[in-house]
Amino acid sequence: MATGSPPLVEVRHLVKHFVRKQGLFAAPSIVKAVDGVSFTINGGEMFGLVGESGSGKSTTGRCILRLIEPTSGEVRFRGENVLDFSTARMRLARRDMQIVFQDPVSSLNPRMRVGDIVEEPLVIHSLGSKAERRARVVELFQLVGLESGYVARYPHEFSGGQRQRIGIARALALNPAFIIADEAVSALDVSIQAQVVRLLLDLKERLRLTCLFIAHDLRLVEHICTRVAVMYMGRIVELGETRALFSHPTHPYTRALLSAIPVLDPDAPRQRLELDPSSFERDAPLKEVGAQHWAAV
Amino acid sequence: MAEPLLDVQHLSVTFGGPSLAVDDISFYLNAGETLGVVGESGSGKSVTAFSILRLLQPPGRIMSGRVRFQGRDLLTLTETEMREVRGAGISLIFQEPMTALNPVMRVGDQIAEALVVHGKATWSDAIASAVELLDAVRVPDAPRRVHDYPHQFSGGMRQRVMIAIALACRPPLVIADEPTTALDVTIQAQVLDLLRELKARYNLAMLLITHDFGVIAEMADRVAVMFKGKLVEQGPVRDVLRHPANEYTRSLLAAVPGAQ
Repeated sequence: MATGSPPLVEVRHLVKHFVRKQGLFAAPSIVKAVDGVSFTINGGEMFGLVGESGSGKSTTGRCILRLIEPTSGEVRFRGENVLDFSTARMRLARRDMQIVFQDPVSSLNPRMRVGDIVEEPLVIHSLGSKAERRARVVELFQLVGLESGYVARYPHEFSGGQRQRIGIARALALNPAFIIADEAVSALDVSIQAQVVRLLLDLKERLRLTCLFIAHDLRLVEHICTRVAVMYMGRIVELGETRALFSHPTHPYTRALLSAIPVLDPDAPRQRLELDPSSFERDAPLKEVGAQHWAAV
Repeated sequence: MAEPLLDVQHLSVTFGGPSLAVDDISFYLNAGETLGVVGESGSGKSVTAFSILRLLQPPGRIMSGRVRFQGRDLLTLTETEMREVRGAGISLIFQEPMTALNPVMRVGDQIAEALVVHGKATWSDAIASAVELLDAVRVPDAPRRVHDYPHQFSGGMRQRVMIAIALACRPPLVIADEPTTALDVTIQAQVLDLLRELKARYNLAMLLITHDFGVIAEMADRVAVMFKGKLVEQGPVRDVLRHPANEYTRSLLAAVPGAQ
């Protein structure tokens, strides 16, 4: 992560507009889900993307992997724009870019044995012999802290936290360099959440992963990410090193968001800041407001 | 000291499995007080709420215990008497406002229905009260919005409608089961502020069920921690948060991101 080396992932002016049909005769309206988003992720970094529902954070994640085709912009991975890739080239590129979804129930096929679920990426990419793939599955199970004897079981036999471990094992099967965790721990109970977060941090170190951590929980992001971008209505309104952003929030939305988090101390002074949409310009560009800290003010 | 508003003694609930869903728990709640019940999924906190209102679905069954509310044991009431308690004595705010509201009924009618069913008002008076209630829960433009359907409201506004229904008959006790869990954090802050304000205005007692210690710290006077059907610790919120006595409470608090 030496300064000067190019970032692993570079998102430039990413735009995704959804066209929404209003009715038979009304003109369709356009939802600007992602509206000119730019950020970079350095190798080995845990980068947080936070925002509330509808802010465009998940759409951004999906556009990076082209699970949703962006309207315009660039997504550079190791310097190459993946949006220019052919379908075949993209499939190859995805070996290196994987995603863990929020809902461990709907993202695992209930009719497949979990061993087959984790093996599937290897089959799709025709990697290894049957025996080699099986050995890799056992290795992956151990890596995420699951007993390898569980491979023949079905997803419903596992708890939420265990299912999320299976999802992580599947994402790691192809030895990716980059992982997107899209609300990967949001559905879990807090003690299980802590375990899965610890696993992710541990894997990141051991496997030298780079991670885009998409979440709505600011407390969690503050805890584990090196840098954070805050999204609001399709745009990044603030971006910076975690400590700087949390100690000196600059954009009115970031301030309102931070002031809304319930704190554990019953005697802490509470000063809720209501967001006044007229207090900022939606289209304002990001401006440097401190060392390694930008805000759209 | 007078008898508490709600006094739950040795309540046990089974779903027919080998272990009890709620295992011999006792707690009380005074008028105007907020008791936070905190625990993870499956700890029995929602089952406790449903048992108090006798809304358990089979195979769920109350095995033993007493639930005294305003001096009467709710577990011995007839179903007709119990229907009177629900809504007028104790009302319930659910987590999911979309599934709890009737999608094909105007929200004004749903609020008014609560009043009419309990014989508190005629339909025409009840609709007028519905406007007042929507206004009280800070839904903007209440006279017009009473005619809207639930899908025309945002998540936070729907939760306000639910709160208006729960408060329609001015019950002394509200059970709020994860009332803000499905909401974004800024909307959650607004709904919590509203609940606090309404509590003070109507001297409401609240049984607040949540998995979030932050919400407990903001809202509760006392807290009860549940784990695997048992109540493992209860006490004033400051004592429990600052000096948790129970091992499980300690681990739960330590798991809150940024708690260290």
